[in-house]
Amino acid sequence: MDTLLQVSSGLFLLIGSFLCLSGGVGILRFPDFYTRMHAVGVTDTLATAMILTGLILHNPDFMVDVKLVIILLMTLFISPTASHALANAAMHEDLAKQNEQ
Amino acid sequence: MKDLLAVIMLLGIYSLLSASFFVAMDAVDVAFTEASVGAGISTLLMLVAITMTGRSEHPVRHKPLLALAVVIVTGSLLIYGTLDMPYFGSAEAPIHQHVAPRYINDSMQEIGVPNIVTSVLASYRAFDTFGEVVVIFTAGMGVLALLSVARRPVDIKKVNSFNNSMHEQHLVLRIVTKMLIPFILLFALYVQFHGDFGPGGGFQAGVIFASSIFLYTMLFGMTTARRLINQSFIQILAASGVLLYGSVGVVSLLNGKNFFDYSALSSDPVAGQHLGILLIELGVGITVASVMVIIFFKFADRRDYSPSNENKDF
Repeated sequence: MDTLLQVSSGLFLLIGSFLCLSGGVGILRFPDFYTRMHAVGVTDTLATAMILTGLILHNPDFMVDVKLVIILLMTLFISPTASHALANAAMHEDLAKQNEQ
Repeated sequence: MKDLLAVIMLLGIYSLLSASFFVAMDAVDVAFTEASVGAGISTLLMLVAITMTGRSEHPVRHKPLLALAVVIVTGSLLIYGTLDMPYFGSAEAPIHQHVAPRYINDSMQEIGVPNIVTSVLASYRAFDTFGEVVVIFTAGMGVLALLSVARRPVDIKKVNSFNNSMHEQHLVLRIVTKMLIPFILLFALYVQFHGDFGPGGGFQAGVIFASSIFLYTMLFGMTTARRLINQSFIQILAASGVLLYGSVGVVSLLNGKNFFDYSALSSDPVAGQHLGILLIELGVGITVASVMVIIFFKFADRRDYSPSNENKDF
């Protein structure tokens, strides 16, 4: 049971790190704002969730686990909203520029 | 680098990186304050400032050689002045021989608070922290004195109709913010009163409290936020935080001990220390939150009244 927890927490941490890296590569390599947002919007949130899950599985202390779960819930709310806010602002400004033209 | 937005983002990233290496050095209180103030509030206030001033830097027409010379001379004099001091981090420096061992060894018996940073900040060096709070309060007064504009009467129906028309565009943000603001405020209270046992304390809590109000103001408009938080109320609140802090010191004086000697506040010295730390952290939190809100509201007022923004609410 113990080794199962350690192995699965390590697996989650690795997947989370890989997602974070791939989101970063996406930001650097994609040509346009919207494609970059597409690359980082999902992978950023999922990477944070994976890393936090890995940490929760790694840690036996109950109070620390409760705090990590709260952080996970907050991240699941806040991170997609931030991506939405960015993309919405960009779309609004593009439409305003098109209307001016 | 001419684009001020990029400069502000770089400053925010620098702040966040500093916070992470403070954590790596085991200084979590400092990291918390650096992350919340530097990567949070400072970035936000500077972004508000560049919405007023414009996004790119004006080209400089002359090379400031005289300024460069003055900076080089002053800098070299300062470096020359520090050559006699003990090496950075040396174990023989006086601070590691006398001051730090006293704090580390005696803090638990004298003050009884697990977090040594809070006991040093709030009890051993309470006078310096008093100076910090007064500096923050003075900054708020400076902004009030320089940036006040007379508010013209607002047409409530026009503002409400404008807010409702913007509701569709900001729907997701408004709903998520309404759900999250109670938790942010709760977290601010937790950080305020948990400073004795973990990283936290008045400064970070005040900043987190103020940031929730900024979030509300950005999404729902300045007029709605003004109805929520009255200008005179927030000014009185800022002053009362500093007053609370100073009164704790004066009460200690009146009870016969030194200024800010909290053992005079109660029959049991350690309980007096706890009470003193609680009260002054409360004063710090109140002042920091109110001054941040005052500064943000003043910036936003200036932005409202610039000629290009006649018809737009914040």
